[in-house]
Amino acid sequence: MFNKKSLLILTLVVLFVGVFALSTSAETIRMISMKQAGWTPEEYDQIIAEFKEDNPGVDVELTLVGYDALHDKLITSISGSNPAYDVILVDDIWYAQFAEAGWLLDVTDRVSDDMTQDVYDKAWEIVGYNDSLYGLPWLLDLEYFFYNEDMLNEAGIENPPTTWEEVVEQSKILKEQGIVEYPMVWSWAQIEALICDWVTLLKGNNGEFFDENNEPAFNNAEGVETLTWMKNTLDNELTNPASLSANEEEVRRIFSQGNAAFAINWVYMYELLNNPDESNIVGQTELALMPVFEDAKAEGIESASITGSMGFSVTKNSPNKDLAYELIEFMTSKDIQTRYADHVTPMYKSVMSQDEIIEMHPETFKMFDKQFPFIYSRPKVPYYTEVSRALQTSIQNALVGNVSPQEALDNAAEEVEKIQERW
Amino acid sequence: MNFIKNKITNKFEKSTNLLGWILVLPSFLIIASVVFYPIIRTMWLSFTNYSLAYPWRTQFIGIKNYIDFFTSFDFWATIGRTAYFTIVSTGIEIALGIAIAYLINLHLKGWKILRTIVIIPWAVPTVVNAIMWKWIYNAEYGALNGLLQSLNIIDKYQTWLSEPWTAMNLVILADVWKCTPFVILIVSAALATISEDLYEAADIDGANGFQTFRYITLPLLKPAIMVALVIRTVEAFKAFDIIYVLTRGGPANGTQIISYKAYLESFSFLNMGRGSALSFIVSVFILILSLVYIRLLYTEDV
Repeated sequence: MFNKKSLLILTLVVLFVGVFALSTSAETIRMISMKQAGWTPEEYDQIIAEFKEDNPGVDVELTLVGYDALHDKLITSISGSNPAYDVILVDDIWYAQFAEAGWLLDVTDRVSDDMTQDVYDKAWEIVGYNDSLYGLPWLLDLEYFFYNEDMLNEAGIENPPTTWEEVVEQSKILKEQGIVEYPMVWSWAQIEALICDWVTLLKGNNGEFFDENNEPAFNNAEGVETLTWMKNTLDNELTNPASLSANEEEVRRIFSQGNAAFAINWVYMYELLNNPDESNIVGQTELALMPVFEDAKAEGIESASITGSMGFSVTKNSPNKDLAYELIEFMTSKDIQTRYADHVTPMYKSVMSQDEIIEMHPETFKMFDKQFPFIYSRPKVPYYTEVSRALQTSIQNALVGNVSPQEALDNAAEEVEKIQERW
Repeated sequence: MNFIKNKITNKFEKSTNLLGWILVLPSFLIIASVVFYPIIRTMWLSFTNYSLAYPWRTQFIGIKNYIDFFTSFDFWATIGRTAYFTIVSTGIEIALGIAIAYLINLHLKGWKILRTIVIIPWAVPTVVNAIMWKWIYNAEYGALNGLLQSLNIIDKYQTWLSEPWTAMNLVILADVWKCTPFVILIVSAALATISEDLYEAADIDGANGFQTFRYITLPLLKPAIMVALVIRTVEAFKAFDIIYVLTRGGPANGTQIISYKAYLESFSFLNMGRGSALSFIVSVFILILSLVYIRLLYTEDV
């Protein structure tokens, strides 16, 4: 009797341990990515299914979060010696911080020669830090300039704007004719997207973020002019006041409702604006080269935009580094990038030069080709998130009218110097 | 004889003492490891420049983190906003809570339904509540805009969360909606214990409704109100999730209160030293508040 009982207990223990061991087997890759720009959740599912087909017995657990929650979620889940994810999505501006902290696997020696040569150099800059590569570039994205062609036609405007001054002029016409109440919409909430919009405008005014010594330069005349211009569009009711609490998704919703004529956003918005389930303005949107300010144009600057590129990385303490690397290699492969290109522009030179592939997404791919030479990056410093928050606060302080643009940017510069001192 | 008896009792007392200690030990160890250790560690970290990104560079820097905060405008602005949030939200919640509890206690027709409905917001998780209010306040298709426009109070849709002052008050509204039921619960329970005789006596003496409330109900409710006040103040002071979801401290830091700032320092900027200093300041504030309240609660007899 006693023996039977202990046998039963033993069996249960073995079963329990076995089930436990199976559920956390070395064959499960835990991945975190974002649900915003980039692939849609359905596309992720399809791609993961393909990977599982090629690698029987391997399971991929995917977590998707919004971009604005991703950074802090990563910090809390990968900073320990036992990371909660094997594969993580890292933004351009976080690589310095994460690489310094030693959370990412150095993949320099793993990258294939073919990939090294065929992927755009600018894409390698995303995942590189101090001469090492800490991931594989995945989303080579830029801010694009979107306009609603039907609205412009209705107002009798023939050509889309090429300078920000023209954007204001055309906005006034659209507003006066009652075609759209607030012609412009921006992502000016107190989040990173505000800095993306601002740096785009700053670069379009021939301004600089940091000078050559990495000291704040954004509070010089060009920076103040840019911020003043932003404030004026709000005061003149050309910019939707909801911009002050909008992220990129909010911009997309407002634009796709037909409540804006001009917006800047990442590439993913284009396809969704032409998707009847998501948009009221199917077939009305066009892309144009990102405008610049007239003064900068006179100096020969044709366009200026920024990259919002991201890469997939493997955590340094992941228990399945090799398999995790295989997954990121698969997701960034030429094949996947070519077949899933609705919301992610391929980063392979050989792909982007094939006419039949361009023909599948003519608008976005052609505009990528035109806009790509004019892109800038935000500073790649390990204390970037703190600098960005200081700037977000100051810019918003100026936009809501608490302080003047000059004062706001001077405050931010002072704050940034303190951050640099501490670091 | 007496001597022996004493000895036995002594021995017995000693052994019960020992037994007591042994029984308490496990929970003491747990509390020590999950409460005392983190507090002491946080205090220690707050005297260093520990950064998650550069743990090997950590140095002891004394009270520099505290000096940095106490001399910064942003810190005091944050404290001011935290105080405003705490005082206004707690104040409204207490006042509304008492009023609604009193209403329920009148046992008017349908009071049982009212009692059930009123508890629902309390059952909603804070994050869900915040997301719900985020949609209510949405500038393009929020319910608040829809309601106010159909009542002809506003002529066009407003962007509620784009102005710091408005945003702060709307965050308070969302918090009040969620937390008033808690006050109602506590006050209702206390109201139910007040004897009917007192009201009958007041009635016979010719007291009107207000006088009854002022001189009978309110004094008898005082202990319950104090309990609600303590718990709500402490919770409001360390409010975090509602800010995180609804506004992320924006616009222009207009809704950045101290716990959110501590979170930003620690988990966005990785400055664990500075984040710990802020958390420690929060703890000290709450400790002081609690001591004051406890004194008030236990020294004043009703």
